[in-house]
Amino acid sequence: MPQSSINLGVVDYAILLVYFVFVLGIGFALKRTMKGSKDFFLSGQSIPAWVTGLAFLSANLGAQEVIGMAASGAKYGIMTSHFYWVGAIPAMVFLAIFMMPFYYGSKARSVPEYLKLRFDEKTRGFNAISFAAMTIFSSGISLHALAKLLETLVHWDYWTCIAVSALIVLVYIFLGGLTSAIYNEVLQFFMIVMGFAPLVYLGLRDVGGWSALKEKLIPVATSQGYAAGTWTHSWAQMGSPIENPMGIGWFGMVMGLGFVLSFGYWCTDFLVVQRAMAADSMSAARRTPLIAAVPKMLFPALVILPGMIAIALNHQTGGTLLPPAADGTPDYNMVIPTLLAKYLPTGLLGIGFTALMASFMSGMAGNVTAFNTVWTYDIYQSYIAPGKSDQHYLWMGRWATVVGILVSVGAAFLASQFNNIMDMLQLVFGFVNAPLFATFLLGMFWKRATGHGAFFGLLGGTLAAVIFHGMALTKGCVPGIKGGWLHPTFLYQSEMGQNFWMAIVAWTACFLLTIVISLATVRTKSDAELKGLVYSLTPKPESENEPWFKRPAIIGILVLLGAGALNIIFR
Amino acid sequence: MNFDLRLPLGILFSIYGLILVATGATASPAMINQSLGINMNLCWGIFQLLFGATMLGLALRKK
Repeated sequence: MPQSSINLGVVDYAILLVYFVFVLGIGFALKRTMKGSKDFFLSGQSIPAWVTGLAFLSANLGAQEVIGMAASGAKYGIMTSHFYWVGAIPAMVFLAIFMMPFYYGSKARSVPEYLKLRFDEKTRGFNAISFAAMTIFSSGISLHALAKLLETLVHWDYWTCIAVSALIVLVYIFLGGLTSAIYNEVLQFFMIVMGFAPLVYLGLRDVGGWSALKEKLIPVATSQGYAAGTWTHSWAQMGSPIENPMGIGWFGMVMGLGFVLSFGYWCTDFLVVQRAMAADSMSAARRTPLIAAVPKMLFPALVILPGMIAIALNHQTGGTLLPPAADGTPDYNMVIPTLLAKYLPTGLLGIGFTALMASFMSGMAGNVTAFNTVWTYDIYQSYIAPGKSDQHYLWMGRWATVVGILVSVGAAFLASQFNNIMDMLQLVFGFVNAPLFATFLLGMFWKRATGHGAFFGLLGGTLAAVIFHGMALTKGCVPGIKGGWLHPTFLYQSEMGQNFWMAIVAWTACFLLTIVISLATVRTKSDAELKGLVYSLTPKPESENEPWFKRPAIIGILVLLGAGALNIIFR
Repeated sequence: MNFDLRLPLGILFSIYGLILVATGATASPAMINQSLGINMNLCWGIFQLLFGATMLGLALRKK
C-alpha cells in the first residue's frame, strides 16, 4: 500500500519544538531594534548581502516551490528546470544589474512607491491595491495548503494547524518586522538544505544512481506516448507542444515563462524586491539577487530530482509508491511527503518535516511583510492618514500585520470551503500581473513614458489578458473558468501553454499601448525629477573600486555562464 | 544594531547535530534499514554539528 502518512516520533516532535522556539526567539531578540517605521518595514537597511541574498531566495521557497516543483519533476521530468535556468536566473541577474539601482537608489520604500515617483498617483494606487490583495490571499492559500497537508500526513486538526502557524508567524513579525522575517527565511533555507539533501542522496542511491535513473525514466516517458529521453532532456522535445508533457513549444516557453512571467515576478514583485531593499548598501542590494542566484541554480537537485526519482520508482513498482489522486493518476503533490516517510528514520524525519513546515510558514511571512509595508506606506499613509508621526506608522505596521494575518485565515477558510473562489482569484491576479513588466521596463529605460501611458497601458494589458482568456482554451477543457467563454479560437495543448501565451499577449498589449499613449500625452515629469528613476538620467553606480568578486556585472556574467552550462549539459 | 545571524544558526544546528548523533548512536536495525543500511542520523548529525560549530566559531570570532 502507498504510504500517505508520516509517523513522527518523540525526537521529531522535539526537533519541531526547538525550531519554533528559535523562530519566536529571533522575534523577541529583535524587538528592541524596531525603533521606527524604517526598521520595521525595511530593516533599517542594515542587513549584510549574504543574509538578504538567502532570504531573497527563501521568500520564494514556499509551498508552491517545494511541493509544486517536486510534483512537476514527476509530471514533466527535467524540463521543469526551465523555471530555474531559463526563468529565474536571467531575471535575477537583470534585476541586480539594471533595476536594483533605481529601487535602492531612489527614495522609494516600496515597489508601488517607485511607480508613484516615476509615473503618478493612479499608477501607484492600481499597483498597490492589487498587490496588497494578492499577497494577502497568497498568504491565505499557503496557510490552507499547510493545514491540509498536515491533516493528511500527521492527522492534526485542520483548524489547530491554522491557528498555531498563523500565531507563530504573527508573533515574530509583530515583534521583529521585516528583519525577523528575513532572519527566519535564512534559517528556513538551511533547514530545507539539511532536510532534503539526505532525502535526495538516499533516493538516488536507491534507484541506482543518475544513469540508472535515466534508464528507469524511459518507460515512464514511452508509456505516456513520448520519446524515450523526454524526462531527462530539458530541450530535446521542445520543438513543438505535442512532443512534451508540458504541452509547450520553445518559443512560448522562452518568451512567456523566460521573459514575461519570470522578469515580471523576480524584477517587480515587492515580496522578493523588499529583501534586496533591506540590504546595508547599494552594492549589497545589487549583490542580493546574485547571491540568491547561485543556490537557485542548484536547487533543481533538491526539489525537481526527488520528483523524478519518485516517478521512476512508482513506475517500477507498478504504481504502488505514490498514492492515487481523485482522477486515478498518481498524486504528484505527495512526492516529498512520500519520500520523507520512505527513507528518513525518526530524527532525520524531524528535520525534513520541520523544513517542510518552515517553508510554508516563511512563505506566509514573506507575503505578510510585503503586505504590511505596501498597506502602511502606499495605501494608509497615501490615502487614509497622511502626515502622521513615524511612530504612528510603526504602530500601523504592527496592526496591519495582525489584520493581514486575520484576513489570511479568512482566505484559508474560503479556500477550504469553496475551491472555485481561489481559482477565480488566481485567474484575476494572473490578468493583473501579466502586463506589469512592460510598465517597469518602459518606465526605467524610456524617459518619455508618461503617467497616463503607464496607467492606461497597464489597464489595456490587463484587459487584453481577459479577452485572450475568453478566446483561448486548453484541449479537453469545457469553456468557462478555464477560458474560451467568448469563443474558443486558440487551442492549447496544456493550461501552462495557454498561460504563457496569455502573458505574452498581455505584455505586448501593455508595451505597445504605453508607447502610443505616452507619445500622445504630455510629459508631466521633468528630466530633473526623473533623475535616479530612469536609466539615461541616472549616474552609473560606482563599483570599480570594489574587488572583482563584489562587482555585480562580473558575478552576473558568471551566474549566466553557469545557467547556460546547465542548460547545455541537460539539453 | 541587529545581532549576528550566525549565532542562532550555529546554536540551532549544533543542537540538531547533537540530537541526530544521539539518535544515530542508539538507532535500531529497523531505522538503519530504512535508510538503506546507512546510519544516516549519525552521518548527517555529525555534518550538522560541524556546520553549527563553524557558524558559532565565525560568529564568536568577530566579537
